[in-house]
Amino acid sequence: MKALVYVGLKPGVLDPQGRTIARSLNDLGFGEVESALQGKVIELNLSGDDMKAAEARVVEMCEKLLANTVIENYRIEMRAE
Amino acid sequence: MQTAVIRFPASNCDRDAAVALEKITGRKPLIIWHRETELPAGVGFVVMPGGFSYGDYLRSGAIASRSPIVQDIKAKSERGLAVAGFCNGFQILTEAGMLPGALMRNKNLKFVCRPETLTVTHSDSKFTSKYKAKSEVVFPVAHHDGNYFADKETVGRLEKEGRVLFRYTDNPNGSINDIAGIVNAGGNVFGMMPHPERAIDPLHGGTDGIDLFKSILETL
Repeated sequence: MKALVYVGLKPGVLDPQGRTIARSLNDLGFGEVESALQGKVIELNLSGDDMKAAEARVVEMCEKLLANTVIENYRIEMRAE
Repeated sequence: MQTAVIRFPASNCDRDAAVALEKITGRKPLIIWHRETELPAGVGFVVMPGGFSYGDYLRSGAIASRSPIVQDIKAKSERGLAVAGFCNGFQILTEAGMLPGALMRNKNLKFVCRPETLTVTHSDSKFTSKYKAKSEVVFPVAHHDGNYFADKETVGRLEKEGRVLFRYTDNPNGSINDIAGIVNAGGNVFGMMPHPERAIDPLHGGTDGIDLFKSILETL
């Protein structure tokens, strides 16, 4: 199975990269872009078939390494594929 | 005093740190590979050097902070071991949870590489006792992720407890409260983005960094 981990900056933490992306899109004529947040996606291929147990392990991975919870939030999406 | 410099893959100021420590202590520091699990007995001061450990993958300092030797240094620092991290070393110390906060991408998104003037906020600490309070020093900076951030409560506590030891006079990276260097609650773990180890010889352009090493080494 697969876990998709989305890591991004917490609300209120200045995201200069996101701001620059939004400004650049505005410059290209996409005036409807009000803001952008830049994060990252980490795709994990996992062994085993107990999705619930696997998700709990992925939470642990996020807390221990994948996200810096001082500045970042994370969201996990589990997929059976 | 036996000192040590930790070497990670893609550390690049490990030699600068070693030269500084040898010049000031008269004794070669041990160079310790990150896969080691324990500091040799007798090491009294550890430097986490600058560089781009693990290519800054995931986050600057994140992977290095999970390496075996850092776990031992962290445990020993809780019992008083003196540790200093410069640049990437500072990022490693925050990622390891040995110092609060995080170092984020510079506000202007630029890699900043230049001599930077700092104010020594006070001389009542193990790392600044040789400086005059409110004096100015010049250390080089060279970083992309030096924008210090912590939540309001943490910054308030750092300020109240006098744990901000250096401030930028002309903030190069957007750091909150112009913070350039901080110390832990125990006063024995220090991190800063600028490079005091590159300001110890007239050929570096200045020698303001010497007193930082002398301050901490004198306490040991």
